[in-house]
Amino acid sequence: MQPTADPGATPVPLTAAQRAAIDVAIAACRDLPGALLPLLHKLQEQLGYVPPASIPPIAKALGLSQADVHGVITFYHDFRTTPPGRHVVKLCRAEACQAMGCQRLEQHVQDRLGITFGQTSADGAVTLEAVYCLGNCALSPALLVDGRLQGRVSKERLDRVLDTCVHDGKEAQR
Amino acid sequence: MDSNKILDRGTPDRSARVGAPVTLQIDGVAVTVPAGTSLMRAAHDAGVKVPKLCATDSLDAFGSCRLCLVEVEGRRGYPASCTTPCEPGMKVKTQTDKLAKLRRSTMELYISDHPLDCLTCPANGNCELQDMAGVVGLREVRYGYQGENHLAAPKDQSNPYFTFDPSKCIVCSRCVRACEEIQGTFALTVQGRGFDSKIAPGPGSFLESECVSCGACVQACPTATLMEKSVYDQGQPDHSAITTCAYCGVGCSFRAEMKGDQVVRMVPHKDGRANRGHSCVKGRFAFGYATHKDRIKQPMIRASIQEPWREVTWEQAIAHAASEIRRIQGKYGRGSVGGITSSRCTNEETYLVQKLVRAAFGNNNVDTCARVCHSPTGYGLKTTLGESAGTQDFDSVMHADVVVVMGANPTDAHPVFASRMKKRLREGAQLIVIDPRKIDLVDSPHTRAAFHIQLQPGTNVAVMNALAHVVVTEGLAKVDYVRARCELPEFDKWQAFIRDPKNSPEVLGPVIGVPATTLRDAARLYATARNAAIYYGLGVTEHSQGSTTVMAIANLAMLTGNLGRPGVGVNPLRGQNNVQGSCDMGSFPHELPGYRHVSDPTVRELFGQSWGVPIDDEPGLRIPNMFDAALDGSFKALYVQGEDIAQSDPDTHHVQAALTAMECVIVQDLFINETAKYAHVFLPGASFLEKDGTFTNAERRISRVRRVMPPLAGLADWEATMALAKALGYPMHYDHPSQIMAEIAALTPTFTGVTYDKIDQLGSIQWPCNDQAPTGTPVMHVDQFVRGKGRFVITEYVATPERTSRKFPLILTTGRILSQYNVGAQTRRTANTAWHAADVLELHPHDAEARGIRDGDRVEVESRAGKTVLRAEVTERMQPGVVYTTFHHPESGANVVTTENSDWATIVRNTRSPRCRSARCWCRRRRGSRSSRRLRSSRRRCCRGGSDGRAEAGQDVQ
Ligand code: SF4
Ligand code: SF4
Ligand code: SF4
Ligand code: FES
Ligand code: FES
Repeated sequence: MQPTADPGATPVPLTAAQRAAIDVAIAACRDLPGALLPLLHKLQEQLGYVPPASIPPIAKALGLSQADVHGVITFYHDFRTTPPGRHVVKLCRAEACQAMGCQRLEQHVQDRLGITFGQTSADGAVTLEAVYCLGNCALSPALLVDGRLQGRVSKERLDRVLDTCVHDGKEAQR
Repeated sequence: MDSNKILDRGTPDRSARVGAPVTLQIDGVAVTVPAGTSLMRAAHDAGVKVPKLCATDSLDAFGSCRLCLVEVEGRRGYPASCTTPCEPGMKVKTQTDKLAKLRRSTMELYISDHPLDCLTCPANGNCELQDMAGVVGLREVRYGYQGENHLAAPKDQSNPYFTFDPSKCIVCSRCVRACEEIQGTFALTVQGRGFDSKIAPGPGSFLESECVSCGACVQACPTATLMEKSVYDQGQPDHSAITTCAYCGVGCSFRAEMKGDQVVRMVPHKDGRANRGHSCVKGRFAFGYATHKDRIKQPMIRASIQEPWREVTWEQAIAHAASEIRRIQGKYGRGSVGGITSSRCTNEETYLVQKLVRAAFGNNNVDTCARVCHSPTGYGLKTTLGESAGTQDFDSVMHADVVVVMGANPTDAHPVFASRMKKRLREGAQLIVIDPRKIDLVDSPHTRAAFHIQLQPGTNVAVMNALAHVVVTEGLAKVDYVRARCELPEFDKWQAFIRDPKNSPEVLGPVIGVPATTLRDAARLYATARNAAIYYGLGVTEHSQGSTTVMAIANLAMLTGNLGRPGVGVNPLRGQNNVQGSCDMGSFPHELPGYRHVSDPTVRELFGQSWGVPIDDEPGLRIPNMFDAALDGSFKALYVQGEDIAQSDPDTHHVQAALTAMECVIVQDLFINETAKYAHVFLPGASFLEKDGTFTNAERRISRVRRVMPPLAGLADWEATMALAKALGYPMHYDHPSQIMAEIAALTPTFTGVTYDKIDQLGSIQWPCNDQAPTGTPVMHVDQFVRGKGRFVITEYVATPERTSRKFPLILTTGRILSQYNVGAQTRRTANTAWHAADVLELHPHDAEARGIRDGDRVEVESRAGKTVLRAEVTERMQPGVVYTTFHHPESGANVVTTENSDWATIVRNTRSPRCRSARCWCRRRRGSRSSRRLRSSRRRCCRGGSDGRAEAGQDVQ
């Protein structure tokens, strides 16, 4: 039962391109068994994130409630609900990496960019995300930068990674 | 306090399962339970309460809290008793030192992340977490309270009736499961995972979510997390009474939980057989109108409707009313006065009003607005099956394999029944929706209709005929059933008629506006189901050809053998709470209680004996006839109990003119309503909380209404009617409504076995209740039809000419929505306005675009009868060419634009499709100086009483 009195509080409306991407993802996945997960992956692949305003059309297409979709999006750390930065750094937080001091790396990003897991730096350069084991335990601590794996990450190495992200020639676009 | 703690056996009843009962030992006590019963429930039967948090007997067990662990001899580990089924010979221990320790440490974890403010918590005294801490003997929390916790989580107060305080949540997910399993809305989810898991109504607040505010989650929550605001304000209730909701025809049973004579909250009654422990936002929360400041508490009179009201005593008001009635009868004749009964009042009150009219006024001028809802059902089902009522109980839907919903919108109008139906659909039953509008059921979370026959308004009969044609011509009829149970000559005639190619989907499909293949597939689905049930609503009965449609429905059900057992049947979904009851009680000008015609001398003799006066053998005036007679000057006084005829009647201006022409209008109501503006005497009514009595719901179930507070104005409605009768020189002698019921039982064959004592014992009774059926009749027509042999009736589809024209291209239909009720006199006076602040006009994007109307624009709708302004809502729920509005707010005057119409077998006011009600309406945008455009819809004006020449002799009900 939606309030009729106050239509306020609606999420940022979808752009035409986003709407089209949603339609494509729905058409591609709606008949798969357990369609929601592949659909969300496909959407995130296309848009870089799952816009909150995409929840109602997805729910409708799959015969789910909006809460169902919201629950799944928030359950998986993989799904973003805000646009990512230009680069995505995924820092492993699982046991081996913890043992090798990944918390210090987390602290370091925090000090340098003022963000923690799930956030994007103010200049739009870096989104920091957590992952749990990259299968690279022998070379922990590990991270993924834009999908590329790096092992034995030290503060210095992390700095170099962040430098290339921040100074990627696209800074001015912001 | 204990009176408000409801017995909870932990997991649902499994007694319906097949399989031999199981015997096992629990703490040394032998107990035998149905197969599939959980250890927890079996323990409860053995008198042992196993500690629990995530289990409750209204929900399937989940096994997440680990508090209910037990030991089973010969097994390792500590199984959760809520999820472990009983097995023969098991030896179970529910209490050992080890179990005590495990439970205590589980509790410790919970409490380390829970605020310790029990003393100021609204759940104090009725909190399962608090109870369990006591039961497991929690004495210390070794983890301290410093760790990461959720204590600062903000409250969500957006819902007008309940608060969500996540700091108190133990994430047992009872609420999530209640919303899924009981309500079927799926509005809640567990957001995030692990420590971050939190209950959430989707991404926004409760008010912005899909939540329909049914209260099931609040009911299921073991803590104060989901809690009624009224309990925050007033504290925990200390006593309660079982009563019946006064809103819709589902007739849910409630516990009115009280403090003194104040209602703290209404809680759905677990043992209520209409609702099985569920409720909707109206009955559960919207009872505040009962004590609203607008309630009139003093009788009032005035000499003319131009004068202001004058407050007087009951004696003065009654004396004035009586003397006016006698004066008018003296001057204009015995038949110049009449009464209108209410389908909102109790059976006993309705009975008294018609008795007053028949015995004290001395005529049969009594009618009810429920005629609109009831007549086609009454006539159609009586003719074919032999009884004027639905055939099933609500439980029956749980045995249906195919459900047909026709011209009804259960999720809005009969929400609790809709939840049961959706549950069955999720279990695998198939759904066929027959409705011009894409109602929510067609496509909602986890339920989808197999077929939506989106017919053109007014083609109901064509649809039913096409379906029956397919069943007959494709050899899908249950011939043996028909041969054994129906009149064969009639059947043969009907079969010849229905076989005619003019009734084929290929011919009718274009008329209906639906492909022939869809009709064929839907017919096959219905006919081949093991059990198929039809539920229909106002979209059938309020249209012209309403009676014919009902008979066509009955034909189809007989043809396929779908009558006389659980899971099948033909069922009207009644609008108001006591439509069935008020009709049963003799509210019609031609029928005495029990649907017996006034022209029958034996029946008149029976009532005349009992009432001590002769009964007039002439049928009286129906409501429209009363209005016409008022305009002719021959009808001058009207006693209206609990109905707002000036607002709910389709042709408002005609009604107003008629009321203005009368010399004495007596209105008895809770509030000054529209009709009261034309009244000379106002008698304050009493709400359902202020009186004893009974309501009869759509499944013929008679349930008690119990007085929990004294009448605010001093008299209950039945007492006021008695006072009026006495002043008219016809004293009635009842000390309590139970005595009125005794009189009804003595005079009405279907009620002979009904007494208040028996209702108290059984909880509720479905009539017929008599010597043949001493505990009532859940399913009718079991071995044979009530009329003996079922009768097939030829149901010719009569096209309505001049459907729309170029000048008036739109069809206006009206209906209702979930949060508001009927003309809204009650719901508008509650916080339900959060969801529906004003009536809107729904129209399809094509129609909107063609007229330059945008969502939210204000549009004017005009018909021959009048005009009004509504806010436009552009939605794909509508089909192009059809617009829709609700009529809950008098200021919108949605009924102003509709005009009168009659069905050919009964006079039925058409408030759904002005196609037959001649509502020529045009809408124009009303914004700034933009040019206005018109949209018009035109309607044929049907004449009353079958003047279209199709009415066969004997088909008129009167
Ligand atoms: S009130 Fe009803 S619809 Fe709303 S969240 Fe609770 S159970 Fe679901
Ligand atoms: S809100 Fe209540 S029912 Fe829902 S998870 Fe929390 S404690 Fe359990
Ligand atoms: S309005 Fe109807 S469904 Fe809602 S609680 Fe009352 S009787 Fe039940
Ligand atoms: S724990 Fe980090 S890569 Fe395995
Ligand atoms: S009650 Fe059994 S696990 Fe919660």
